[in-house]
Amino acid sequence: MSIVSSPSPSMMPAIDATGVARRFGASWVLRGLTLRVEPGEVVGLLGANGSGKSTLLRILATLLRPHAGSARVCGHDVVVAPGRVRESVGYLGHAPGLYDDLTARENLTFAAAMLDRDEHDADRALERVGLLDVGARPVRGFSSGMQRRLAIARLLLVRPRLLLLDEPYSNLDASGVSLMNSLIAEWASAGVAALVVLHEDTPAAGLLDRTVSIENGRIESTRRSRVEPASPMAVRA
Amino acid sequence: MSTWRHEWRRARAIAWKDLTAERRSKAGFNAVVALAVTILVMFGFALGPDAQVIRDAAPGAIWLAVLFAGVLAFNRSYQVELDGSALEQLILYPGGRRSIFAGKLLANFAFVALMLAIVITVGIVLFQVRLPPNWPALLVIVLLGAIGLVTLGTFYAAMASRSRAREVLLPLLLFPMLVPVLLAAVEATKALLGGNLMGDASAWGRLLAAFDVVFLAAAFLAFESVIEV
Repeated sequence: MSIVSSPSPSMMPAIDATGVARRFGASWVLRGLTLRVEPGEVVGLLGANGSGKSTLLRILATLLRPHAGSARVCGHDVVVAPGRVRESVGYLGHAPGLYDDLTARENLTFAAAMLDRDEHDADRALERVGLLDVGARPVRGFSSGMQRRLAIARLLLVRPRLLLLDEPYSNLDASGVSLMNSLIAEWASAGVAALVVLHEDTPAAGLLDRTVSIENGRIESTRRSRVEPASPMAVRA
Repeated sequence: MSTWRHEWRRARAIAWKDLTAERRSKAGFNAVVALAVTILVMFGFALGPDAQVIRDAAPGAIWLAVLFAGVLAFNRSYQVELDGSALEQLILYPGGRRSIFAGKLLANFAFVALMLAIVITVGIVLFQVRLPPNWPALLVIVLLGAIGLVTLGTFYAAMASRSRAREVLLPLLLFPMLVPVLLAAVEATKALLGGNLMGDASAWGRLLAAFDVVFLAAAFLAFESVIEV
């Protein structure tokens, strides 16, 4: 049974970024990037190290401000209305963002309280990612893969319209990759869009509607993986 | 559920999380209490054997020990968030930023209150202080002083947490702002321990309460701009 939940689908573009630019010091990482992602669409973001993939995700997640251009997530401007954007976004970053001294279950119970979900949701999320048996163990003793699974479990507590996934397959074993793919497919069938940062599109093969490549801070190419455009109502196999 | 109740639930969750993590690791609390007690002992040696001199210096020594140890505690309260980039996740949770401040404030207050209980007990023994008959008034002054210290400490620790030099930056930001709170707390404590029941202690206590109200209101209003990117 699916435990993925999301608000009712919106007709607004999940991402509508125009001319987004961002620099760190004197070095421009993004140089006028434009990208549009529709509801239910799963887009892979490819590019070399330092090409600005994570920076773009962090701007869309409201963790960084763009120095030029504009970006709207589900109709809300990331600079003007960051609070509304956060209500729409599920973000999985490089670091797991967990508390080492808390147990896996306590980490999720805390996230549930912050997201106005109840403790049963935390247990169901733990079960879904296969960590229910180790829920009482402190995160400090978890492997990187287990921490990644726990971060994915926290994502299950969010009701997103847009998923921003930064290298979601890193540290995951084969069953973890399969779990991640099935969750993205469930979300997409519920109308949730996903922007997935990847180094190679192999782990997400068959899942991506299209892939875009970033080079020199701009979108260099777009490759459509599916013939039919993604629909919020489309159910993936 | 009302927004206010949502925010209160979040604040309690943050306080519970901070205190649970601290209870498990214990490293922070032990270090903070050890520093505070060491400062008191050093003051004791520095002041010499004169009992009256030691007694007169007790309020200042106790509050200074709490101040220096408190800086460690405030820095640590955000270090927990910076480890593993948990601060990013905390910011990404929807809802008001004030609940983050309220949660941190509650946890830090519990932490500092426990530290104060230990430091005052050690101070009473070490400095041969006799508790005044109106000790509840002393308790009120200690609580008001702790509220002021924790409010400013929690606020400026959030501001410093964005900097790589946060351990240096926090005292630089915090100490000047704490001068009125510490002055009022030390003077009120001195007046009460000296047997002044209603005069100076009451005036300093009211001033301390006024500082607390102003700093609490200002910190809650300004916290969002401090914690946001």
